Amino acid sequence: MSQQTIVIVNTGCANISSVKFALERLGVSVTVSDDAAVIAAADKVFLPGVGAAGAAMTSIAAKQLIEPLRHLKQPVLGVCLGMQLMVERSDESRTGTIDCLNLLPGHVKRMQAGELRLPHMGWNTVTPAHESPLFAGIDAGTYFYFVHSFAVPVYANTLASCEYGQSFSAAIQHNNFFGVQFHPERSGEAGAQLLTNFVNM
Amino acid sequence: MLAKRIIPCLDVRDGKVVKGVQFRNHEIIGDIVPLAEQYAKAGADELVFYDITASSDQRVVDKSWVSRIAQVIDIPFCVAGGIKSVEDAGRILEMGADKISINSPALTNPELINALHDVYGQQCVVIGIDSFYNEANNQYEVYKFTGDESRTQQTAWQTLDWIKEVQQRGAGEIVLNCMNQDGVRQGYDLAQLKAVREVCNIPLIASGGAGAIEHFTAVFKDADVDGALAASVFHKGIINIDELKATLVSEQVPMRQRYTPVK
Repeated sequence: MSQQTIVIVNTGCANISSVKFALERLGVSVTVSDDAAVIAAADKVFLPGVGAAGAAMTSIAAKQLIEPLRHLKQPVLGVCLGMQLMVERSDESRTGTIDCLNLLPGHVKRMQAGELRLPHMGWNTVTPAHESPLFAGIDAGTYFYFVHSFAVPVYANTLASCEYGQSFSAAIQHNNFFGVQFHPERSGEAGAQLLTNFVNM
Repeated sequence: MLAKRIIPCLDVRDGKVVKGVQFRNHEIIGDIVPLAEQYAKAGADELVFYDITASSDQRVVDKSWVSRIAQVIDIPFCVAGGIKSVEDAGRILEMGADKISINSPALTNPELINALHDVYGQQCVVIGIDSFYNEANNQYEVYKFTGDESRTQQTAWQTLDWIKEVQQRGAGEIVLNCMNQDGVRQGYDLAQLKAVREVCNIPLIASGGAGAIEHFTAVFKDADVDGALAASVFHKGIINIDELKATLVSEQVPMRQRYTPVK
C-alpha cells in the first residue's frame, strides 16, 4: 500500500499532523496539500478537521476547494469535523445553519444528550450498521475516541452508529465518500485497523 | 457506553518527566517520548503533559517534544503549561496535541477562554484549576502559578464560582487538581469533587491524591467524574493499568476494552 498517493486536504484545521502521523505509523507516505490538482490526482483523500464548522468552511472556500472536492471520484475519508463538512448543512453556527460541502446527504445537529455531559468526550463503542470494507475486522462494540458536541443523526447513509443519550452516526457513506465522527488517528489499534482498511480500498 | 478515562499525567521540565510532592522537590522519572509510548501501550486512555515551570518563569518554552509525542502515540493527549495566547495554543495543536489546558493564564486573562473556544472549538479547551481547601473558612480557593512555590498566589476566586465562569466562557473540560491531596496518595478529594460535579456540566477530571486502586473506584462511583488523572502511582509502578481497569469493570465502572481483531 506504500505505492499509493495519499493526500490530506489542508483545510487549515488543527488535527492535520495527527492524521498524518497516524498514516505514517502504518508505513504509508502522505502529502498535505490545498492544491486542487494534487488532491484530484491522489489515490485516497483525507479530509481532516477540528474546531468550528463555519471557520473551516470559510477556509475551504477561501482556498477555492469546494468544487474540486465535489468532483473527487476516489475514496475520500472525512474525520470528525471533516465528516461533518461532507454533508449538506450544519447547525453549528451562531447565525442559524451553514452550508457544507454537500458530498452526501445529511444535516449536522447539536447532540441531544439529555442528562449526559457535552462535549461527548472519550472512548465509546461503535456498531457497524451493515458490512463495509471500512469496518473489516472491526467487531460491534469496538471502542473509538470521540470529541464533539454536534453529530449527524442516524439515517439512510449511516455506516456505523454510536450511543450517547441518543443514537447518532459514528460513520457515514455515499458512493466514494466516507466519514467518521470519531478520531481513528487517536483510537489506538482499532483506529489503525480502520485507517488500514481505508487505505487498502 | 462512554467509558470512564484513566489518565496518566506526565509533568515535564526541560524535556524530562519529573515528579514532585505537593509541587516541590522534583525528581526525574525519565525521558518523555518513551514514557508516553509506554503508557499508550499499557492501556492509558489519554495522556496529559504539564510543562510545570512554563507559566511561572515566563520563558519561551521549547515544545518540540509535542510533535515527537504526536508521532509515536495513538491515543489522545493534552498539553498544559505556558499557553498564554491563541497563537501559543495554535502552535501546540498544529504539532499534534488534541487539547490544550490552560490554568494561570486563564485566571490572568479570562477572555482567553472565549478566544480559544471561538478559534479552535470547545472540544480542545481544557481548564486546569488548582484548588485548595482552606480549613479556616471552610472554602475552596483557586490558586495560580503553583509551578513555582515562590510565585504561587491565591486568587480572588472561590473554586465553584470559577468553575461556573469558565463553563460560561466556553471551556470543554475541567481538570480539578485538589492541592491538599497532591502527591500524598491518600485518595482523591471526594467532598470537593462532588461539590464541583454539582455545578459542572462538562467533562470533569479528578486530579491529586491517587494512591491505590480503591481511590479510583471511589472517585468514579462517588464523585461521578469522567476521568481520573494520576502520576506517581503509574510512574512508580504502584498500580498496573490493566489490573486497575479490571477491578473498575468488576465494580461496574465502564472502561474501554482493548481492541481484538476479528478473524
